[in-house]
Amino acid sequence: MITSTTAGLTLAGILFTLGLISILIRRNIIFMLVSVEIMLNAAGLAFVVAASRWGQPEGQVMFMFILAMAAAEVSVGLALILQLYHQLKTLDSDEASRMRG
Amino acid sequence: MQWIYLIPALPFLGALILVLFSRAIGKTGVSLIGCGSVGIAALITLIAGGQFIGGGWQQFTLPLWNWLSIGDFNIGITLHLDALSLAFTFVITFVGFLIHLYSTGYMADDPDYARFFACMNLFVGSMLMLVLADNLLLLYLGWEGVGLCSYLLIGFWYKDPANGAAARKAFIVTRVGDTAMAIALFLLVQHTGSLQLSTILARATQLWAQGDPTVTLIAFLLLGGAVGKSAQLPLQTWLPDAMAGPTPVSALIHAATMVTAGVYLIARTNILFILAPAAQATVAIVGAVTLILAGCSAFVQTDIKRVLAYSTISQIGYMFLALGVGAWSAAVFHFITHAFFKALLFMGAGAVIVALHHEQDMFRMGGLRKSLPGVFWVFLTGAASLVAIPFISAGFYSKDQIVWLAWSSANGNIGYWLVAIIGAFITAMYTFRMVFLVFFGEEKTHVHHPPGRSMMIPLYILAVCSTFAGFIELPHTLGHITMLSDLLRPVLPSVPLQFESTGLEWVSQGVAALLSFLGIYIIWRSLYIPFPVGLKEFWKNGWGFDMAYDRIFVRPFVLLARWNRRDMVDKLYTGLAGLTRSFHRAMSATQSGVLRWYIMGIVMGAVLILSVIIWRQYVV
Repeated sequence: MITSTTAGLTLAGILFTLGLISILIRRNIIFMLVSVEIMLNAAGLAFVVAASRWGQPEGQVMFMFILAMAAAEVSVGLALILQLYHQLKTLDSDEASRMRG
Repeated sequence: MQWIYLIPALPFLGALILVLFSRAIGKTGVSLIGCGSVGIAALITLIAGGQFIGGGWQQFTLPLWNWLSIGDFNIGITLHLDALSLAFTFVITFVGFLIHLYSTGYMADDPDYARFFACMNLFVGSMLMLVLADNLLLLYLGWEGVGLCSYLLIGFWYKDPANGAAARKAFIVTRVGDTAMAIALFLLVQHTGSLQLSTILARATQLWAQGDPTVTLIAFLLLGGAVGKSAQLPLQTWLPDAMAGPTPVSALIHAATMVTAGVYLIARTNILFILAPAAQATVAIVGAVTLILAGCSAFVQTDIKRVLAYSTISQIGYMFLALGVGAWSAAVFHFITHAFFKALLFMGAGAVIVALHHEQDMFRMGGLRKSLPGVFWVFLTGAASLVAIPFISAGFYSKDQIVWLAWSSANGNIGYWLVAIIGAFITAMYTFRMVFLVFFGEEKTHVHHPPGRSMMIPLYILAVCSTFAGFIELPHTLGHITMLSDLLRPVLPSVPLQFESTGLEWVSQGVAALLSFLGIYIIWRSLYIPFPVGLKEFWKNGWGFDMAYDRIFVRPFVLLARWNRRDMVDKLYTGLAGLTRSFHRAMSATQSGVLRWYIMGIVMGAVLILSVIIWRQYVV
């Protein structure tokens, strides 16, 4: 039978996989940033589900951390994307391949 | 006698000071230290010699410090003074000092004045180390030091590539002999367990019977070392080319140091050679053949220094002949007189060369008797000694002793005597051909600047020595004085004679003297001797030895080197480097710069690790 824990973890897994797939197939760098956010939230969901399963607060504390980190990441990421756009006049991540070996 | 260590130490110290402080002490300082160090060493040798003779001819050993100590095998920096090393030390320091004094005049205008004296001091120091060494390893150190200094000095004017080539040739050719000598040393360590000369010579007689193959091999290898250093057949080719160096260097190499090292080595290890009759006979044959070959070559040279070079080879051939027939002290006697008159001849030739503004071709000289009378008389004295003019020259007493003993010694025979006598005849011809060409006839080149006092004083001293030095040892027929051979008796065995005959000795001396005078007379009548031109060319080029060695050794080696230009051994290492580089190229291809590929790499890695963990957890 499907418990709430199983359902929650499955949802988290599906979300994570979706994010992973989209980061692999997307070339637009903003979409890649969004995909990273999805993956982060999937991980956060897994923490929350686990916390409710064991009835302990640490999982929710971890989610707070992830939230703060995601905010910081978005601000840095957006700044980088702006710089990249100034340099290359495009948002295609494959164009930013000057550091090939 | 404690301070005999100063004898080699002073020249070494002089060389060190000249290398380090030549700028600070100025030219006068360089001359003072260069000559002074050798001069004081000569004085100390005189005092030590006086004490040695006064103190009952006691051998003296001075251990300075321990060099190597491996188990029972000990090598010390130890000096050993006995009659043989004393005789050599005396000649090296005394003649060396005169040559240094002469060099202050000869090299006065050279920009590398200090370097010259530094090398000369090092040369004298190494040679003193060689003759004063108490073991063969220390002797070998001096031996190699002498080789190095000869390289430095022959190539002294290094800006001319020909001089550099001559220096390399001297170094490489003598190295062939040195290798043989090193092998002899290894064999001696293997069989006697020591390199101490006294120990080796004491054990040799117990270890080996007469003619034992091991001792014969060792003696032959030592002979190999000696022929390399002393420029005897078949390694004589370096000496004529060694004339590329400044003239005082030639005088030093030929008279006092270097070439006599081989004579010293054989005399020092005489017991090994007595135990190996085959090797000793080879010494005599090498000497006999060399003295004739070199004499013929000297006869057709045009360069005055090359005449003297071949003459040195020929005279050392006499010494080897004496060693070969067991006349040990006669060889040392001839070494002493030869040092005096050959230094005199070289420095006289140097005075002529400087006076004529570095002209060395005898056919462009002539008539110098009037313009350089001082040089003429001393040169004539030296030439008389080389030719062995009876009674009034030192060379007569030493050479006739060898000529006579070549026959009358137990190891000698009439063949050796004939060779020696013919050698004397050729010596007279080539020597006076040189004298007549240079000092007689019409003047062809004008004298630029006559030699100064610092060059003439050593010449006068040597002229006196090469006249009177012979009186320390007179033959049976004339006074019978045996000062030198008595002195050397504790070190060198006396000659075993096959017969003793004063009458025959008179005949031998008479024939030698007559042939010398005949040679001079023939040359006086006509400077031109009608030999075939081809033969003359052949002799002039040293009997084709140079060409043969060039064909047999030098050219195949150069060819081999050219084949191997890419260096076959290096292939392995360049291959290793190439492999690394190809790995690098493969890895850098993955560095595409495309972000999504990197993410793919991370994902694949994560999937791989997770599947391994899961597989181990649930499947196994």
